[in-house]
Amino acid sequence: MRQIAIYGKGGIGKSTTTQNTVSALAEAGHKCMIVGCDPKADATRLILHKKAQNTVMDMARERGSVEDLEIEEVLLEGFLGVRCAESGGPEPGVGCAGRGVITAINFLEENGAYAEGTDFVFYDVLGDVVCGGFAMPIREGKAKEIYIVTSGEMMAMYAANNISRGILKYAQSGGVRLGGLICNSRKVDKEHELISELAKKLGTQMIHFVPRDNQVQRAELRRMTVVEYSPEHAQAGEYRALAKKIAENRDLVIPTPLSMDELEALMMDFGILENEVA
Amino acid sequence: MGKIEDTQKLIDEVLEVYPEKTKKDRSKHVKPNDPTGACSTCAVKSNVKSRPGVMTVRGCAYAGAKGVVWGPVKDQITISHGPVGCGQYSWWSRRNYYNGQTGVDTFGTMHITTDFQEKDIVYGGDKKLAAALTELKGLFPLGKSMGVLSECPVGLIGDDIEAVSRNAGKELGIPIVPVRCEGFRGVSQSLGHHIANDTIRDHILEKVEGKLDETTPYDVNLIGDYNIGGDAWASRKILEEMGLRVIAQWTGDSTINELAIAPKAKLNLVHCYRSMNYICRHMEEKYGIPWTEFNFFGPTKIYESIRKIASHFDDNIKEKAEALIEKYKPAMDAVVQEFRPRLEGKKVMLYVGGLRPRHTVGAYEDLGMEVVASGYEFGHNDDYKRTYPEMKEGAVIMDDATLYELEEFTRRLRPDMVGSGIKEKYSYHKMGVPFRQMHSWDYSGPYHGFDGFPVFARDMEMTVNSPTWKLIRRKKR
Repeated sequence: MRQIAIYGKGGIGKSTTTQNTVSALAEAGHKCMIVGCDPKADATRLILHKKAQNTVMDMARERGSVEDLEIEEVLLEGFLGVRCAESGGPEPGVGCAGRGVITAINFLEENGAYAEGTDFVFYDVLGDVVCGGFAMPIREGKAKEIYIVTSGEMMAMYAANNISRGILKYAQSGGVRLGGLICNSRKVDKEHELISELAKKLGTQMIHFVPRDNQVQRAELRRMTVVEYSPEHAQAGEYRALAKKIAENRDLVIPTPLSMDELEALMMDFGILENEVA
Repeated sequence: MGKIEDTQKLIDEVLEVYPEKTKKDRSKHVKPNDPTGACSTCAVKSNVKSRPGVMTVRGCAYAGAKGVVWGPVKDQITISHGPVGCGQYSWWSRRNYYNGQTGVDTFGTMHITTDFQEKDIVYGGDKKLAAALTELKGLFPLGKSMGVLSECPVGLIGDDIEAVSRNAGKELGIPIVPVRCEGFRGVSQSLGHHIANDTIRDHILEKVEGKLDETTPYDVNLIGDYNIGGDAWASRKILEEMGLRVIAQWTGDSTINELAIAPKAKLNLVHCYRSMNYICRHMEEKYGIPWTEFNFFGPTKIYESIRKIASHFDDNIKEKAEALIEKYKPAMDAVVQEFRPRLEGKKVMLYVGGLRPRHTVGAYEDLGMEVVASGYEFGHNDDYKRTYPEMKEGAVIMDDATLYELEEFTRRLRPDMVGSGIKEKYSYHKMGVPFRQMHSWDYSGPYHGFDGFPVFARDMEMTVNSPTWKLIRRKKR
């Protein structure tokens, strides 16, 4: 069983990319599971064809504590038998969502959610690593493999670099490794080259360049992945390619994060910062 | 300078076992005493973070705010807001006595907590707090206010206890005081005292209309007396007998009304300076109320203090003060006469909180005993400055002492008695060293005032001379 965590800047397309990739993996015969680690609980919507109603923490809150839950109540099956769980958590601005992630993952683990025969577990983690709780999937030998979703936009790259720093910390104390950057294109100039170069600087690879295509949007409006909604569409092919690359990926590294200056220099090299700097 | 140098040598030997960095740091906190202040290297460093790994005895901000300042306010319902442990394990450990019907009009010995569970951490505890406040108001309608004493997790998850308190206060019609005394704040319980003082200032003074029918020129507040074993009652008695009117006790056996009317007093009398100087300075600035420190431990200091307090008033009070001293002197002399022969020359080592390391020195000296070492858990510079003149030249002064240092100084100085807290008590019992709890008076008291000194003398004598200690094998060096 390979446990994989997907990180990246908020709104970059982590959940969409994860669910499409998982659909492609399932299509290829792998047994997969997705654990949503975001209080918004929208990491499994395209697989379940609805927003997960029963998140681990919401159910625990209703019942009293996680001890009062049954695993079947929070672990649901969706498209092609992909199993889905959401940690859930508070509204923005109250409580501690990070603690919710810790509690939820421990619950899933203790109650045998990672059943035998599971090939891939994907953790879809909220935006940036903001506190210890959101690093839970990569702590204590859970996810050993991380992919960062990014684009050629400055803030997305900045987040990718920042996440690499978090990985570096846990790589030294545990066995977590960076598997690569997934470029979810925003049609920024020279995006392919830019992200390839950033990946190289981080000591990793750009594992796949996912072009921008409105078909993703069309499928999402129908609460489906592209792979399910239009399996013959070229964009489904892109996700199949990404899934295959991940399944075959053996290039797992300890990242070498950049300093802010280096990151800006990189942007300049590709002509993106020239106006501001001059 | 001989004694000072000798003591410095002793201190160096004790600290020698530490790693270089620790030694350098700790050597700033342990010094030989120079009562004259001439020794330039004898100032003790204080009120900084404890070194990890050295087993400090300090408490936390919650302990200072809940345990010391707010806890004794008897008609306030004081809530330990957070998981159950903080309140449970500090439950009624301060022994601040009060009159009243517990659970009806007073709540001092009750342990009330919001008992956080996992879901309260994840989703926040504000709703639970609001529900608790409403429930408590229903259960205890005679409660005059409620205090929300924050434990660590509440600060970590960023609950808005201020907003909850404000809304509940409006709804329930009593003041609700949010106290941000999360244990991780500050270096010791000292910050908790300060935070608690500030919340009295912000939520009670001028916010609660206190009832005081008339004022007199002799109205005073008894500040920084927590009525441990009845201390404040003994202190109050003296003040009243000298013709003063104590309108408020802060906060031993006190009420919300007393806190509210305090600004109407003519003078603030401060016993524990460390925990309540803040509010005295505030009342001085805001209302022009002067404050003066005093010491009601042992006859010498009591007489001195009575005269010092009387000097702030007219001849009427001064005469009464002298008459009072005259009246009690024979009884005090008799106590000294009885106990001094059995305690003469005995050595004492103290390690207490923020007041007693210096304030009890005179009482021991009245009994012929010498305090050879003394230290504070959470004193500041101003406490140490007040301490140097009280102690003999060459005495050891310790700040935030470690358990190792306490043990080692005990072995080397061989005091006949050690006075400290519950955490130290049993290791001293095992060492076979006579020991007295000087935070809680070891289930005894009062120790303040004329009522307290006979009890103090008796307790020290029976501690030092108990045959029990001889039955314990002392560890040979």
